[in-house]
This record gives sequence, C-alpha cells and structure tokens, in this order.
Amino acid sequence: MSDNPGNSGKSSPGKRRFLLAATSAVGGVSALGAAAPFILSMFPSQRARAAGAPVEFDLSKVEPGMLVTVEWRGKPVWVVNRTPEMLAGLDKLANEVADPNSEMAMQPDYCKNKTRSKKPEVLVVEGICTHLGCSPTAKLTAGADSGLGDGWQGGFFCPCHGSKFDLAGRVFKGVPAPANLRIPKHTYLSDTRLLIGEDKKEA
Amino acid sequence: MGALMQWIDDRFPATKMWKEHLSEYYAPKNFNFWYYFGSLALVILVIQIVSGIFLTMHYKPDAASAFASVEYIMRDVPGGWLIRYIHSTGASLFFVVIYLHMFRGLIYGSHRKPRELIWLFGTLIYLCLMAEAFFGYLLPWGQMSYWGAQVIVNLFSAVPFIGEDLSLWIRGDFVVSDATLNRFFAFHVIALPLVLVALVVVHIIALHEVGSNNPDGVEIKKNKDPKTGHPIDGIPFHPYYTVKDIVGVVVFLMVFTAIIFFAPEMGGYFLEYNNFIPADPLATPSHIAPVWYFTPFYSILRAVPPMMGSQFPGVVAMGMSVVIFFFLPWLDRGAVKSIRYRGPKFKRWITAFVVVFVVLGYLGTAPTNVWGQFGKWLDEADVATVVARICTVVYFAFFILMPWYTRSDKTLPEPNRVTM
Repeated sequence: MSDNPGNSGKSSPGKRRFLLAATSAVGGVSALGAAAPFILSMFPSQRARAAGAPVEFDLSKVEPGMLVTVEWRGKPVWVVNRTPEMLAGLDKLANEVADPNSEMAMQPDYCKNKTRSKKPEVLVVEGICTHLGCSPTAKLTAGADSGLGDGWQGGFFCPCHGSKFDLAGRVFKGVPAPANLRIPKHTYLSDTRLLIGEDKKEA
Repeated sequence: MGALMQWIDDRFPATKMWKEHLSEYYAPKNFNFWYYFGSLALVILVIQIVSGIFLTMHYKPDAASAFASVEYIMRDVPGGWLIRYIHSTGASLFFVVIYLHMFRGLIYGSHRKPRELIWLFGTLIYLCLMAEAFFGYLLPWGQMSYWGAQVIVNLFSAVPFIGEDLSLWIRGDFVVSDATLNRFFAFHVIALPLVLVALVVVHIIALHEVGSNNPDGVEIKKNKDPKTGHPIDGIPFHPYYTVKDIVGVVVFLMVFTAIIFFAPEMGGYFLEYNNFIPADPLATPSHIAPVWYFTPFYSILRAVPPMMGSQFPGVVAMGMSVVIFFFLPWLDRGAVKSIRYRGPKFKRWITAFVVVFVVLGYLGTAPTNVWGQFGKWLDEADVATVVARICTVVYFAFFILMPWYTRSDKTLPEPNRVTM
C-alpha cells in the first residue's frame, strides 16, 4: 500500500485494526438483524392466534360419573360430571397430592377451591399433562380395577411417564408432572350451556 | 484421454484430489471388521437422500393430507412401498451403523490426539442426524409422530424463563399442528441434509489430514519408507480398501433388503404400530415411546425425578447424556489408545457402559411398570424406574470418572508397528 498516492508512506496498524473491528462489528449486527425476520416468521401466525376462539358446550348430555372431551384450541378439554362419591374421594387425598389447595396459578381465581370448579360437581379441565403434554387416560372408577392400586379414588393416569391426577386434576406427589392440570377460563351461559375459553359475560 | 485430463487438471484439481483422498491416501493395513461402518454410513446417507427425494414427489406436508399421502405412496404409487420401506429401514440402520462406528472409535481410541476434531465433527454429525430423524418422524402424521413431537417440543418449555416462548416458536402454534408439520418438513428435506452433507465432508477432510487410526492405536506415520515417504504399514485406500468396503456394502445390502422385504416394521421397532393410526390431538395412545435409537436418552429423561417443581433437571440430564460425547477426547487420559493394550479398569467400565446403554435403550421402549413393583419395603417403587436410575448413574460415571480410571489403569506396552 506504500505506493498508494494518497498514503504519505506511513502505515498505521492501530487505525487499520480499529477499522477492521468496526466493520466486522457492524457487519455482524447487520447479519443478526437480517436473521430477525426469519426467526420472527416462525412464531404463531395471525391465523393460528385467531383460532383460539371459545367453544360452547351443552352440559345436559353429561350424565353423572361421565366424561366428555371437547376440543378447544386444538387441545382436549374434559368435562366431568362428578358424583357425590367422587367428590367425597377428593377429601381423602389431601395428603397425597402435591398442591391440595391449588396454590400454583393453574386455574382462574374462581376455581381456586376444594373442587377446582365453579359448580362443585362439574370439572372443566384441560386434558394435557403438565409434564410433557401427553393426554392422560381417564381412570374414573375407584379401586383396584383401575390397575392403580386399592387406594385409587378415581382420576387420570398419564401413559407417557406415569403421572397421576385426582378427579379435581390435582397432581399426586412423586410423579414427573410438576403441577396440577390446567383449568381453562370458562363461563356458564345458562344452567346447562357452558362456554369454554372465556369468562367475561357471566349469565 | 490424457490430454483431456490435463485440460481439466489445469482448471480443477481433479487428479490431485483423487490422489489425496483415494489412490495415495495411505490407510493402515490392519483394518478389521469394525472399519466397515464408516463407509457404510456414507452409503446409507446416499440411500436416504435418493429415496427421500423420490418420497417428496408424492408426499404432502399438510396436516389434512399427510397421513393419506403416505398411504397413497404405500398403495398407489408404483413401487412406492419399496421406496418408503427403503427410507424407513435406512433410518434405523443409519443409527445401527453410526452407533457401531462410534463404538469403534471408543475402543480403539480414535477420539484421542491428534483426532479430536474428527471426533467433534462426528459428534456434530450424530446430533444433526438425531434432529433429522426427529423431524422426519413427524411427517407420516400418525399417532406416534404427533405425540412424540408433542413430548419432545414440550421438553423445551421446561427451560426456565424462555421455555414457553421457545416451544411456541418451535411449534409455530399452541399445539403441534399444520404449521409444525410444514416447518419440520422444511428442516427434514433441505436444512438439515445440507448441514449433514457439509459436516460429513469436513469429517473426512479432517480424517485425511491426520490419517486413519487402526485397531492397534499406533501412528503409522511414525514409520515411513525413507525412499517413497509413505508409511510402511499403510496401503493406498484405492484399490485396497475400496475393494474391501465393497464386500461390506454387499453384506450390508443383503441385510438391508432382507429387512425391507421380510420385516420392514421390525416388530414395531422400526415402524411403530401406533403410527398406523392417524394423528389425534385429543387422545394419546396408551403407550408411547420414541423409536429405538432415541430410547437410551429417553430413559435418562424419565429416570430423573422432578426437582423443585420442574422437570428441567431431567431435560438437562438427557441433553448432557449426548453432549458429554464432545468431551471424550479430553476425558480419556489413558497411556495407550487401543483396547488391545488397555488395562482391566477401562475394559470393565466400557463393558458396563455398553450394558447400561442397552438396558436404558430397552427400558425406553417399555412402560415404567414393565418389571412390576418392589414390595412395601421400597415404597412400591417401579423396578424399571430404579434400574433406569442406577443405569443413568453408571452412564455418567463412565464419562465423569474417565480421567481417573484411564490414567491409573495398568496398560500393556504398545507395539512400534501395527500387528495383523
């Protein structure tokens, strides 16, 4: 470069190193900036976000002791009409479940109660295991027939990693799942009409 | 002909590359059975790429039609069943061959100085291959595809603070859905294959730079013919090892085709039965397990209990069980490379490692209550879970204690030259 007419013959390595570092830094930042739109494009699209609309469900077809699965946001939501025996079973489990009083925010405030529900008998719960997202199997009947031992009071068993939940969706101690099943927002539009996914317009 | 070659060589180093990598690449003369698996891995890579290209011509990456398009390939596309079975069997055999190839490296010390980078590139290939297999497994959109992806993507939501957003970003939706399928297809057919091929090239360039190891673990470059400059114990890769490897390829293809024609599902290990049921987001199959090549790591995930209300420790343990392979070149402090001259401690540890790897692999395919429960005296714990926990400890101990047991081992003296 010494034959460069604009150069007086002095080379200044410090200046060069600075220019090199500055150019590299600016180039690096630009490359990161260019990556941003690609990374952002992978987040849920507007269509996917809009698909989360609430769904309506007719409770009258759920007999006592029965479970019905409703699809909401592509996920299973269980509606269980619990019998008095089932509700009585919940009390016996206070020492066996990890979070008996629903201290973790896995439910709307109006479901932070003993039965984790608005109406004591009707359980509305997302059928997605809080461990790794499998859908547990309903084992509603109590006793040894469930395959889960004599002390079983009815509940849900996740086939993937063996997590167990009671009939209020409360997680048992010593299983992989870290939290109770999530209770979605829901509203009773009338005595038998249930709206899953929204809790504003209470009838 | 000579003139044409000269014309090309003046413009592109064709002859030079041929010599460097084949006709004048000197490999140790004492390669044994274990040395087939490198070239076999390359053969399978080609088989997977070619069969994959033809599958893409008929497959539809759309949640509404993916499952049906796979059945269409199986029933209506001429020879479609064959191409799909080639691809599905190839996937499993890829892992068989890669596991044997890695084990070869482990027992003969191919990860040791000066081949650390070859080992690192190889481990990257293995990681990339796992991702490739995982993305590909969602594409048939069966029950196992769906719930397997659901579980694995949810692993990322266990990461503290950013977990939820991270898994949302990976899925592109609130659950595994069409968006997820579409992007997994993109990763499976273009992004990862490109990375994979690039890594394989780098792996081989690094190998040819330092030269191949051998079953004796001694460096053949230490004894060169003073006249030619070639290693005395080396023979040109071509024709000697190309011909030898062809024998290996023929035997491999016999096994490969036998599986394709007689047992493509391999009793539910290569193609899981539940995956013949279309994906149902509302119902998890009563027993879900990953394909066999992931099960050792899946067992480790299951074995670690949640701590402080989080399953993150299990996820970390599973991640570490793969990542720890990167540290192997520096964990191994043995005086010799090859198992032929290693002492009893290394031999016992590596035997234990193979046993726990297989046991963990088996347990990962089975439900946690497969071996029943202990009696009252152990709080009715599942036997399989306790065994998996013990195996997990041995698995990590093999790596973590390696600097000590390899250094203090009573090794035999290495020979100066390779033995046959």
